[in-house]
Amino acid sequence: MVNLQPVASPSVHTEERAHEADHPTSRLAAFGADQPLKLDCGVDLSPFQIAYQTYGELNADRSNAILVCHALTGDQHVANVHPMTGKPGWWETMVGPGRPLDTGKYFIICSNVIGGCMGSTGPASTNPATGKVWGLDFPIITLPDMVRAQTMLIDSLGIDTLFCVVGGSMGGMQALQWTAAYPKRVFSTLAIACSTRHSAQNIAFHELGRQAVMADPEWHHGRYFEQGTHPHRGLGVARMAAHITYLSDAALHRKFGRRMQDRELPTFSFDADFQVESYLRYQGSSFVERFDANSYLYLTRAMDYFDIAADHDGVLAQAFRGIQTRFCVVSFTSDWLFPTAESRALVHALNASSARVSFAEIETDRGHDAFLLDVPEFFDISRAFLQSAGKARGLAGGLA
Amino acid sequence: MSMQQQVLPLPGVVAPDTGHYRGDHLLVAEMVERGSKVLDVGCGEGDLLQLLEMRGIDGRGIELSREGVNRCVAKGLAVVQGDADTDLVNYPDDAFDYVILSQTLQATRQPRVVLENLLRIGRRAIVSFPNFGFWKMRIQLLVGGHMPRTENLPATWYDTPNIHFCTIKDFVQLCDEINVKMERAVALDMYGRPLRVNLPWWFWNMFGEQGVFLLSRAEKGK
Repeated sequence: MVNLQPVASPSVHTEERAHEADHPTSRLAAFGADQPLKLDCGVDLSPFQIAYQTYGELNADRSNAILVCHALTGDQHVANVHPMTGKPGWWETMVGPGRPLDTGKYFIICSNVIGGCMGSTGPASTNPATGKVWGLDFPIITLPDMVRAQTMLIDSLGIDTLFCVVGGSMGGMQALQWTAAYPKRVFSTLAIACSTRHSAQNIAFHELGRQAVMADPEWHHGRYFEQGTHPHRGLGVARMAAHITYLSDAALHRKFGRRMQDRELPTFSFDADFQVESYLRYQGSSFVERFDANSYLYLTRAMDYFDIAADHDGVLAQAFRGIQTRFCVVSFTSDWLFPTAESRALVHALNASSARVSFAEIETDRGHDAFLLDVPEFFDISRAFLQSAGKARGLAGGLA
Repeated sequence: MSMQQQVLPLPGVVAPDTGHYRGDHLLVAEMVERGSKVLDVGCGEGDLLQLLEMRGIDGRGIELSREGVNRCVAKGLAVVQGDADTDLVNYPDDAFDYVILSQTLQATRQPRVVLENLLRIGRRAIVSFPNFGFWKMRIQLLVGGHMPRTENLPATWYDTPNIHFCTIKDFVQLCDEINVKMERAVALDMYGRPLRVNLPWWFWNMFGEQGVFLLSRAEKGK
């Protein structure tokens, strides 16, 4: 039978997803009426909660904490089995015993961003004022809002200065925002495959994704949970389009070429004849299992608004003036979503601030997603950067 | 005779370690005061930066080749990929105590502009370069009739990155022209040993294989 539906219906039910949003399989920090989150849009979000995971031990002088910031569709399950998909953590190549982010040396924290759908307050959470899911009533959030929420989490853990803030893509943007907004609280920053602002091309791709979600009749103007549905087709298409931007022409060609999927000849139909089509459909289908459509709208919007220089009279170097934080900036040659030129602009601004910065561009054909994959040169660089920063922080002795 | 045989006494670097380093690196490291902030332009694989860090000097680097940069970063050094000709403009005035340009001046497109930038960014500059007036070079051109090639400069004329060779005499003239003060000048012989200081300039220009200069900005009006 010819299958024209690109994205299969999710097996995870709306109720299950809603339950994970309010009662996550994670550690939880709850902030009551006395601790509102002051959002850039002018709203005080209260009460709210942050779902997070930790790995390793915080040392006695609380100097070995590393905050990992996740990317657009990531979550706090960086190095443990995901409670909804049953898959390994999204960065187990990077985080764990003996890994560059060594859980034997460092205390690793990763929290779900505000606006996410894995337990931190977001559009999929229940609005305490109405007892119903927030949906589009949830206020628009920004990257600085996400980071502000993370500072409250870090405060609640009794940590004053983070040894390092690490992230790729949207996670790297958060790491840069952390450093620009709270320079004294960040000893070192590892910013990977990211930028200090979202480019016009990237905003355009996000708009494409949002329109795909909103064009799905099952979206119901963001109130699909009341209809017992989920706009999985729209969200799946959004994911398929986005996924192309995470790869590269060379990687797609190497992985799939023009090879056919389980057939010798074209079917002369719109079925997934090509392997690359089948792969994209799979990516779309598996994504809608775990992700909330409204959350996707909010988080892409937050990235679109991101522009550190705009908050400093348009001069990026001003954002990092006099900064003492040690930086490591990493880009990948085939990343066309966050190309090396964006990292280079950041490095030039950091040079203008006389910041201590390392910048490596890593040769790979695997595109933007390279930061999530097994790229030994990238691991070596991350490990050495953290070791050298650890020496400067006095971590080496106490944590053999 | 090997380079290892000559060892400069260098405070902060234990004697057995000095043998691993190039003669000009040891000389440069000795010129830098402890506790200062240094930018090494064209830092290669970071040997000099590591030597400087051992002396408690806060070192940063710029390197053109991606492989070089990544090896430096993997050693934990603060090195960025960049080009001396185009990227020095991004650094503010007086950002460093010293800016080092080791064996790189002859490979830049605009040596004069680069030199001016070094002394804008750094209060002092240390420049080392191969001396094209070295007697072996002269003989190859005069007797052999071909572009000189030496052990340290093995590239042929058609694939060399070195596009602006100069002699020690030429370099001194440029320093005069752009109002740069020479605080120290050392010529190293073909074994990396410093030539005796009381020798005349023409001797240095003939027998120095490379020149190492510690420069600062001349007082205004001079």
